[in-house]
Amino acid sequence: MTARIQVQREARRGEIIEVRIVIQHPMETGFRYDSLGRQTPRNVIHRFECRYGGVEVFRASMGAGIAANPYLRFFTRATESGDIECRWVDQENASGTVSARLNVNG
Amino acid sequence: MARLTGHGARRRSLAALVALLALPRRALAQPIMNPAPGIDARTINTPQGALQSILKGAEMRRGRVLLELPSVADNGHSVPMTVRVDSPMSDADHVRRIDLVSEKNPVPLMATFLLGPRMGRAEIESRVRLNGTQRVTAVAQFSDGSFWFDAAEIVVNESACLDGG
Repeated sequence: MTARIQVQREARRGEIIEVRIVIQHPMETGFRYDSLGRQTPRNVIHRFECRYGGVEVFRASMGAGIAANPYLRFFTRATESGDIECRWVDQENASGTVSARLNVNG
Repeated sequence: MARLTGHGARRRSLAALVALLALPRRALAQPIMNPAPGIDARTINTPQGALQSILKGAEMRRGRVLLELPSVADNGHSVPMTVRVDSPMSDADHVRRIDLVSEKNPVPLMATFLLGPRMGRAEIESRVRLNGTQRVTAVAQFSDGSFWFDAAEIVVNESACLDGG
């Protein structure tokens, strides 16, 4: 699964920084039928979590109500230099991870 | 005459058989997966049930939460949504969770976000699927256990084809 994370590289200690992430995923609702009338099974990214410096800062449980190629924008407070790492898993147990390095000065 | 009734009976039994075959498909179309932990799967299919399973008897008040949705969307496949909660996000006073409940989607609980003081700001942006013109509710639970909400009305010209099609 392709994903893109955008976080600024440098931050001052205590600064609130923005994390933006988009994951390439169909977020199949389970309500669609193919040309033969067979139901396409539901497959959405239902678990998403973000860790900063190994500590969880944000977690999301998503359903079919989140659009395809899920996009999330959230914030975290810069405490120390470290990786901002996002992990997710879909209902077929396909998982993905993407991370960005943040350097904290001062 | 007897032949005709025979036909009618056969047709009826055929219709019953077709209905029986159609039933499991209908049942299958219902959401099977439980999208969030701690939520009762039996009540999840109604917006009221979804709200009740979040609140668990507690009351929610309007305010402190701001749900931003466009007033009109050409289609419901991907609608930008921002939820902003007025909170200092300190260890003592922060937002614990935010739930998004749709009035018309087949699965009313669209997403649950779990937040913490390390986020610094209680603001989340995403894109949602909406099955038609409706009212969307964002419920935030604070660290003191209180619930606050905001609701937004949105006109969706072409719904996300969630119900077949």
